[in-house]
Amino acid sequence: MEGRKGVISLAVFILAAAGFPWILTNEYYISILILSGITAIGVVGLNLLLGFAGQISLGHAAFFGISAYTSAILTTNYGFPVLAGVIIGIILSALVAFLIGIPALKLKALSLAMATLGFGLIVYIFLNETITLTGGPSGFVGIPRFNVLGYEFYSDLAYYYLVAGALTLVIIISLNLINSRTGRALKAIHSSENAARVMGINVFRFKLFVFVLSAVFAAMAGGLYAHYLSFVAPSSFGFHASLQLIVMAILGGMSSVWGGVIGALFLTSMPEFLRMYEELETILYGLILILCMMFMPQGLVGGLSRLSGYIADKLFKRRLK
Amino acid sequence: MSKNTALLKCSDIYVRFGGVMALSGVTFFAEKGAITALIGPNGAGKTTLLNVITGMIPQSEGSIEFKSRDLSNVAAHIRSQEGMVRTFQNLEVFSHMSVLENVMTGAHNRYNYSVLDSIFKTPRYFARETECRDAALEKLNFVGLEKEWSLPALDLPYGKQRLLELARSICGEPELILLDEPAAGLNSRETKNLGEVISAIRQDLGITVVLVEHDMELVMSISDEITVLNFGQVIAKGTPRDIQNNQEVVEAYLGSED
Repeated sequence: MEGRKGVISLAVFILAAAGFPWILTNEYYISILILSGITAIGVVGLNLLLGFAGQISLGHAAFFGISAYTSAILTTNYGFPVLAGVIIGIILSALVAFLIGIPALKLKALSLAMATLGFGLIVYIFLNETITLTGGPSGFVGIPRFNVLGYEFYSDLAYYYLVAGALTLVIIISLNLINSRTGRALKAIHSSENAARVMGINVFRFKLFVFVLSAVFAAMAGGLYAHYLSFVAPSSFGFHASLQLIVMAILGGMSSVWGGVIGALFLTSMPEFLRMYEELETILYGLILILCMMFMPQGLVGGLSRLSGYIADKLFKRRLK
Repeated sequence: MSKNTALLKCSDIYVRFGGVMALSGVTFFAEKGAITALIGPNGAGKTTLLNVITGMIPQSEGSIEFKSRDLSNVAAHIRSQEGMVRTFQNLEVFSHMSVLENVMTGAHNRYNYSVLDSIFKTPRYFARETECRDAALEKLNFVGLEKEWSLPALDLPYGKQRLLELARSICGEPELILLDEPAAGLNSRETKNLGEVISAIRQDLGITVVLVEHDMELVMSISDEITVLNFGQVIAKGTPRDIQNNQEVVEAYLGSED
């Protein structure tokens, strides 16, 4: 039952993702969709950690940054093929997550928040200060476009489909994991660690697993980001960026894989549309966030499914009359 | 005789919380195939003992042997994998999960498959999941919750959440189940039903039961053996009849006359 709903949602998503460029033909919209998609990859991963396993990370943008910079430096300065750079970036992020996770995930709630916050700040400062390696605060330029086996994703449309494909992959992996013993273990850890232990669940191992997996997704996003914009700067991977990822997860809806996708799409594109209001931009942004959380505490996905249920109900009742 | 057949042996358990001695020198056995009750006034250390046995808190001194294997310093999830589960005094039903998923989680290690099996949805994934789901439905049937399988777990009324915890605990087919005040908050009809389910768990599933309970009617009617704790020490052991006539136990509950 749960599975069938998942398959339908997935089919709708793939159709929508494939169809978007035909509706939004403007290059500008495509570029917003690309950035939304890249962010969504990271948020879906963060949501596995935050929404399903109930573990917070306030330094998640650091994993974007580690991978983005690793790949940028290897490809630009050392002539690595882009795919190799991205893969090494992902592996390095996973390794860092593994090493950080071992001590950090023994902490709970606010202590874990502080530990990951500290980690994020350290990475941010490192990117800022190692000027010879990273270019420091002014950023790192001249990163090559993503290419595989000689095919360069030069046009934004090609890049869009690359990102959409990667996002689809991440969504499928996440959905499959959630509907398995791993997903049940994560949800069990979320509601009661002691009860999870009693069921024979190795709580620490599952926490570490999901932490590393979410870092891998973030790192995927980081690689796609660097090789799209051809420019990276530390400010994209600081505390504000980490916080934004969390807001996207919460706003989209934490109890669903789709929440991450919707949250990322909504919050990446909304500022672009609010830009026309100039001085009011920030106020409107805050106001929309507050209203969403007031009226849709379960997030956009929860709100939308309630709304669609309501509409279906109305239509159905009307038909009965 | 008892020492040879005991499934669970706790010897000389001491637990100190700061300056407070929660358990001092408790020795407790659970015979294989029996229902052993653990009773005592509030604060006697019953839940603390359960926490020590299942590895939720470490003991300061003493040893825990299960199936003749020393588990004194083994992590909680490994004790569970060895075949020991418990329920909680304050319900610990998994929220955000359906009734069925809760019970399936109980069989986490019984129907095992890897993360890659789930990601690629291999035949192994489908086979194990089906087995797990069937086992969970069977256990729900066993406790009488088969109609509620698809509900969100927290939508169940309190009494049924207790039964859900029982179903979840037996889904991994443990050898020992420790129940921490399973009748707390239940009305007399629910308590009677619970007693029947607990008896059936021992009788039909052959699971050894350790029962921490305040409801004396329930304890006296289904237990084979009773151990009485007071102020962190064992003050009596025996059959329900022995315990009912034990002067020290009566005093522990009611206070002595002088």
